[in-house]
Amino acid sequence: MARFLIDEEACTACGACVDECPYGALEMKGDVVTVNEKCTFCGACIDVCPVEALSLEKEEKEAEGVDISEYEDVWVFIEHKGGKIANVSLELLGEGKKLANALGSKLCGMLMGDGVDHCAQEAIKYGADIVYLTESPVLNEYRTDSYAAGAIHLIKKFKPDIVIFGATTQGRDFAGTVATTIYTGLTADCTGLDIDPETKLLRQTRPAFGGNIMATILCQRHRPQMATVRPKVFAMPERDDSRTGEIIREQLPMSEDQVRTKILDFAQVAETVNLVDAEIIVSGGRGLGGSENFAIIRELAELLGGAVGASRAAVDAGWIPYEHQVGQTGRTVRPKIYIACGISGSIQHQAGMKTSDIIVAINKDPEAPIFKIATYGIVADLFQAVPMLTQEFKKRLGK
Amino acid sequence: MKIVACIKQVPDTTDVRIDPETRTLVREGVESITNPFDEYAVEEALLAKEKYGGEVHVITMGPPQAVEVLKNALAVGADHVYLLSDKAFAGSDTWATAYTLAHAIKQIGHVDLVICGKQAIDGDTAQVGPGVATQLGIPQLTYVSKVREIDLENKRIVVERMLEDGKEIAESSLPALLTVVKDINEPRLPSLLGIKKAAKAEIPTLTAPDLAVDGSKCGLRGSPTEVVRVFTPEPRGGGEVLEGELNETIPLLTEKLMEAKVIK
Repeated sequence: MARFLIDEEACTACGACVDECPYGALEMKGDVVTVNEKCTFCGACIDVCPVEALSLEKEEKEAEGVDISEYEDVWVFIEHKGGKIANVSLELLGEGKKLANALGSKLCGMLMGDGVDHCAQEAIKYGADIVYLTESPVLNEYRTDSYAAGAIHLIKKFKPDIVIFGATTQGRDFAGTVATTIYTGLTADCTGLDIDPETKLLRQTRPAFGGNIMATILCQRHRPQMATVRPKVFAMPERDDSRTGEIIREQLPMSEDQVRTKILDFAQVAETVNLVDAEIIVSGGRGLGGSENFAIIRELAELLGGAVGASRAAVDAGWIPYEHQVGQTGRTVRPKIYIACGISGSIQHQAGMKTSDIIVAINKDPEAPIFKIATYGIVADLFQAVPMLTQEFKKRLGK
Repeated sequence: MKIVACIKQVPDTTDVRIDPETRTLVREGVESITNPFDEYAVEEALLAKEKYGGEVHVITMGPPQAVEVLKNALAVGADHVYLLSDKAFAGSDTWATAYTLAHAIKQIGHVDLVICGKQAIDGDTAQVGPGVATQLGIPQLTYVSKVREIDLENKRIVVERMLEDGKEIAESSLPALLTVVKDINEPRLPSLLGIKKAAKAEIPTLTAPDLAVDGSKCGLRGSPTEVVRVFTPEPRGGGEVLEGELNETIPLLTEKLMEAKVIK
């Protein structure tokens, strides 16, 4: 068990650690700080203590682990749908290349499916040196059991140092299964990945508490180091048609009757662009006042080739289906342009959209919190401003 | 049927604010609540019980004060609740959390269905549900927005899953683990009688020895990942409010957005 140590002699009761603690686990008692049971050993306080009075004792941490020297190379899970590689996987090939260069190792793709040879070639054009490819009719559709079995087989056999997945429903669904089976660390939704130049460990930085705090996470004694990354966090790399690479084929160690789930049907959503992939999102909130008024949001979104989002208030009022909800209990999005119309911008809504490149806020309340994070704000009645904006874009775009 | 819902106590992040001076989290008066997604998990467990019969067990892992979320579960109608609490569990990452929860579920025994929220709003990992399913060796159905059918005789379940681009209808054998999204139901409010009953209830605490866990796989010690640094991100700078009449500001805004070269 870990122990949190307080050097009572050194402590000056300055209170810096109490303010820093994200869990409310530190209290000032008299002229010394004390820790309560809310402590999760996150270590946030240790960095801020000016007199180094705080420390963590982790002497038993070595209990489990593997020989990490056997593991090398950076792998990216190549997700695909309809014969096309998901953009997030290409973005990860770009970022994975930087990690591989920093380590002096190879960048590899991990690809599973049925008849996806061309995706392997495509991954090479986007930077993979090797693609580990498992093909089987059992892998035709994504299912947790078969994809996890394929990935676990490849990882155990070829021992990668790092494996990164897109934080899509698919990546998040089976990366957890893989990491649990292998007994290694998995860090969700990283927004920053880099290699510590001294230890060669993967530094994984991610938001928590709806983006209010950031944490850097290491996986020291287990391998591979695994992480998921949301779409659009990293830039899309250039495709290089002259690149060549190796494809290593492996059999899937699972037959159809061993897969415990079946996909019976799939119903595509009605809206043409999905929120997670959208470059432009136009969102409506409470200020719309009713479901019929989403028409002006849809019109602008359609014109711009974007998707329609909504605040929780609009979804809870029944004006638009839950699939459109952006925010803490909805989807997290990261478009190039996010246009919030009649949305006040609660902390929960911001948690789902505040990493958008450009945020536009249209709201009649000048005090609305959305203006604090908006790149461009217009204080106005949305029923006037949004149709005018649509008209102006029609003019500009010649439509 | 025997149903287990796994829930977590989280800070009500509505109240979490960054102090603009110190740029740290202001936690004064921050209430603890049941993770919102887990309320849907408990409700779905209660609905399944009402439809198919059986009992609902609710578990949480956390410090002693996490009993509060179990009292809420009792108040809405859970039959049995358990707090998994031990100093040995402190500092658990998602691997160690899933390991510990799975041991408790095994101890409850003969479970047909495990239901978790899709993720917790403090950590946002969505990894514990799949971790528990894997530890238990049962199939998982994540991002479930509707349970269509449970066939206890043939041990199968059919659900709808909410994916990025649509709804998948999937079938699995039972026992299985579901993680549920918000759209799946409307959590009920506790009755006055339920609240009274819950207030008086003795909540059993299960410790590491009670669960017969391997201590090297629990808590910080059993966690493959470790947090080495926590910091407050640079706040997103407030931008400019375009001042003036709409017939001036709208063309200006259009111009600025066109400059981003995304709109074609």
